[in-house]
Amino acid sequence: MKITKDEVLHVAKLARLKLTEEAMEKFSGQIADILDYVDTLNQVDTSGITPTSHAISLTNALRDDEPVAHLNREDALANAPEKKDGAFIVPKIIGDHS
Amino acid sequence: MNKLHELTIHQARALLEKKEVSSEALTRSVLERIDAVNTSLNAYITVTPDDAMAQARQADEVISRGETVSLTGIPLAVKDLICTQGTRTTCGSRILENFIPPYDAAVIQKLRRAGAIIVGKLNMDEFAMGSSNEHSAFGPTRNPWNPNRIPGGSSGGSATAVAADMCLGALGSDTGGSIRQPASHCGVVGLKPTYGRVSRFGLVAFASSLDQIGPLAKNVTDCALLLNAVAGYDPADSTSVPQPVPDYTGFLSPDLKNLTVGIPEEYRSTEGLDPDVSRAVTAAVEKIKQLGAKVVPVSLPHTTYAVAAYYVIAPSEASSNLARYDGVKYGWREPGTETLMDMYRHTRAAGFGQEVQRRIIIGTYALSAGYYDAYYGKASQVRSLIIEDFKKAFEQCHVIASPVAPTPAWKIGELSDDPLTMYLSDSFTLSANLAGIPGISVPCGFSKEGLPIGLQLMGSHFAEGTLLKVAYNFEQATDYHTKKPKT
Repeated sequence: MKITKDEVLHVAKLARLKLTEEAMEKFSGQIADILDYVDTLNQVDTSGITPTSHAISLTNALRDDEPVAHLNREDALANAPEKKDGAFIVPKIIGDHS
Repeated sequence: MNKLHELTIHQARALLEKKEVSSEALTRSVLERIDAVNTSLNAYITVTPDDAMAQARQADEVISRGETVSLTGIPLAVKDLICTQGTRTTCGSRILENFIPPYDAAVIQKLRRAGAIIVGKLNMDEFAMGSSNEHSAFGPTRNPWNPNRIPGGSSGGSATAVAADMCLGALGSDTGGSIRQPASHCGVVGLKPTYGRVSRFGLVAFASSLDQIGPLAKNVTDCALLLNAVAGYDPADSTSVPQPVPDYTGFLSPDLKNLTVGIPEEYRSTEGLDPDVSRAVTAAVEKIKQLGAKVVPVSLPHTTYAVAAYYVIAPSEASSNLARYDGVKYGWREPGTETLMDMYRHTRAAGFGQEVQRRIIIGTYALSAGYYDAYYGKASQVRSLIIEDFKKAFEQCHVIASPVAPTPAWKIGELSDDPLTMYLSDSFTLSANLAGIPGISVPCGFSKEGLPIGLQLMGSHFAEGTLLKVAYNFEQATDYHTKKPKT
């Protein structure tokens, strides 16, 4: 499987990463090598095999619906790069089509 | 007597209890040792000396009242992706350089309850992605046996700190070998527990279905003591398993009769297996046989596909987990951007290092529309086959023995621009993460150049006790664990 620079650019956009031209060059080659290697998985016959997402099978972990202590607002905001009036501040969202 | 920082946990426990040594003196000795060698080894990202000394004085009071618990007054350190309330937790990343967790991870709460003193936070590959500790935003950690060599990764700071007596024991995390491989390269004992044995609450997530916290220690007894302290069910981690925790030191008895060790046929033909590693591991298995165990061949037919399956599953989970670093809630925000989208993209490009960005791209690609079934779906099916392989093998043996890493520690810089070759160096360890089974690395020899080599033992789910038992018997019959680097 080859991966083009355009595809890397598209995926980088999905991943919210602004790649430099240099990183793009380097990554498309390295990622193509890694995907080539990963393609060896196609040698395995997996028809009828149930996929595994967790190695230890557990049923849903439920707890009683009782309120418990949790992070207070001040602690939750303590690491925020920008905050105001008890809220996180973000750049303008409306009208952003990039 | 040894210098205090050279003591093992069980030696220090005995001396503290008899009041022949104070925790204050022991902790000071460890802090002085860190001062003396951390500039050259770079094992710690953050040291908390004032806090550590205050805890030590409290511990001495606890001891004088006769209220000693399992780790009272013992100076330990933890990998810098385990949250410590009030002490920055960087994950080896610029994006979390100034992140101060508002709570303690479950394992930190447990260590504190067990009386341990936490002296600092240990260097690591950024977000635990790497096998060499070169991918740390805080500079590479060096191998105490040879400072031009990597210590392994991603818990390289943990392994170096234990090997160089910069703490009495440490916690690391293991997603594909990140405890066992650095333990092997630094000549210490490292255990990856069964998935779900130790709570991941407060462990910064890399790949949630593979990550597990575990101990790195100077010997097997210390390893059992640390596992005792951190194992157990935690309602705050819905994947932790509600199963009672045995006293792991109870397994440290000299008896290997009725034990069968399996040797996977597929591991014999591993490409690039170093002759020194092969010789040391073969001799170790022979030694275990002499101690009374039976050795049988077993087969893990899907071994060849484990690296490929892992390098789809782990980056996929990582790309999802690392979406939370968005410059809003915590961590770095790149200044000077105007729109939200630009803020995200510039923040993440500036905050994450190259290896992390590479894996986010691979994971995002593997999960993106049109590729999900071909990559993530396929890899998850192959994962099922790998789990089946282990189930069948463990019908014929109690533990599986293998090398930990195909070569001794390589030179710093040697593989830093060759990600695929570095990924292949995890080939013996990452199957255990895919299958959720426990694995231990125990020192079993040295290369011609004097670099440590580890023997890996893997067991079925929750067989940590059996692994510790075999490792203990091997350790007691050999003297590799008594050798120290000259640092």
